[in-house]
Amino acid sequence: MKYILMFAGTVDEQDQWDKLSKEELDEAYQRVGQWFETHSKSGKITSGAELQGPSTATTVRRKNGKVTLTDGPFIESKEVFGGFAIVEVKDLDEALDMAKSWPGGSMVEVRPLVDHTPS
Amino acid sequence: MRVLGNFDLAEEVVQDSLVAALETWPQQGVPERPGAWLMTAARRRAIDLLRRDRRYREKLALLERSPLTTDPAEVDERLRLIFTCCHPALAQEAQVALTLRAVAGFTTSEIAGAFLVAESTIAQRIVRAKRKIVGAGIPYRVPSGAELAERLDAVLSVLYLMFNEGYLSRGAQAALRRDLAEDALWLAGLVATLMPDQAEALGLAALMKLNVARSAARLDANGELVLLADQDRSLWDRSTIQEGIELLDRAGAMHAPGPYQIQAAIAATHAEAETWQDTDWHQIVVLYDALLRLTDTPVVRLNRAVALSQFAGPRIALGEVNDLALALSGYHLFHSTRAELLDQVGEPEQARLARLRALELCQNPAERSLLERKLRR
Repeated sequence: MKYILMFAGTVDEQDQWDKLSKEELDEAYQRVGQWFETHSKSGKITSGAELQGPSTATTVRRKNGKVTLTDGPFIESKEVFGGFAIVEVKDLDEALDMAKSWPGGSMVEVRPLVDHTPS
Repeated sequence: MRVLGNFDLAEEVVQDSLVAALETWPQQGVPERPGAWLMTAARRRAIDLLRRDRRYREKLALLERSPLTTDPAEVDERLRLIFTCCHPALAQEAQVALTLRAVAGFTTSEIAGAFLVAESTIAQRIVRAKRKIVGAGIPYRVPSGAELAERLDAVLSVLYLMFNEGYLSRGAQAALRRDLAEDALWLAGLVATLMPDQAEALGLAALMKLNVARSAARLDANGELVLLADQDRSLWDRSTIQEGIELLDRAGAMHAPGPYQIQAAIAATHAEAETWQDTDWHQIVVLYDALLRLTDTPVVRLNRAVALSQFAGPRIALGEVNDLALALSGYHLFHSTRAELLDQVGEPEQARLARLRALELCQNPAERSLLERKLRR
């Protein structure tokens, strides 16, 4: 089954991340890189990406035929969405095991993908 | 998926004769050829019903205190079902509803009645849970290795919640919903039988047995609640107590202590005392101390204070109880416990006020009645 692992954290965590020294940042990326490497080697990760910070986001909204642009992410809360991995594993428990070991931030949402392959 | 098949089956079973059979057999006796009776009753779902048939025979066997099946294939199936129903990816209320439905065979209406929730709410909860199991790929298996302890914790929590709900319900409808408690006990016994090397599983089953053993003494002839201190201990079911103690001893031998075992040991200490006064209060306080090291909560501290008052006097206990005022201000048992201690230290007016506060917060009819009686004195 395919799942997306959405890596997230709080606004405070994002602030902390932005304030990390170069050494600390390198260390953090190392841990994340290690995680991706481990799970890519096992064939579980099929794709993934880190997103740039929420301040770089632009949200396009469409309502009643009108399109508006706003500066910032669509999530209007204290959570920040920072990256994702698409994984292919046997079941939810396997996906959860991966999510539990994620070193990057405090929250990971695990959601199954819709299977659009023609049957 | 197998799991979905089982849950749908549970829905079918609810409407068919097997539930009726389970209800009538204890009174009318088991038919001579129960298998044939059941096969005749529902021809089309032969294989599924056989599975259900074994489960109900298992339950019936337990009712008649005969040994449970140890057929490994069946054992495995039951465990898989319980663990899947109690998967942490499901909200706990969904775990409870699903377990009651799929493992204990409760109808939607019975579950709704047990938790004082609308039937449609329960039905929706169960449907959503099943969808989540299938949609999110919750696997149908017994967890292994490192996860087992954590996952077993979730199962035991669900059973503990069920038992407490049934044993002394929060709601206004019935003082003791025995069926729910009995079924929680049956499930806990099942888990203990299927996982005999898990000390806390045995501990929980022991705790439930030791509590249930006192059932006959908990309500008087008028259906009024009788506190432990006043119970006629000759009404306690000694053979159930013995079973509880045996489970606890087996658990203890594994040297893997935990909160359920400790609570069972406290219940066992009560069970072994001839009277309230003869109780080994020091031992109970020591056990509560051990429990606090594992789960330091205000409610545990409150219960410890009750034991402490017997051992060290009401004044010291009252001091400790007063410290919990902020944490437990919304808890009716805090106020009723405080009232008892206030009586003992000679403050009847303050005790009265505490009881009034308890009454405001309490919905259980038997507990309310007890408070009202004390206020009328």
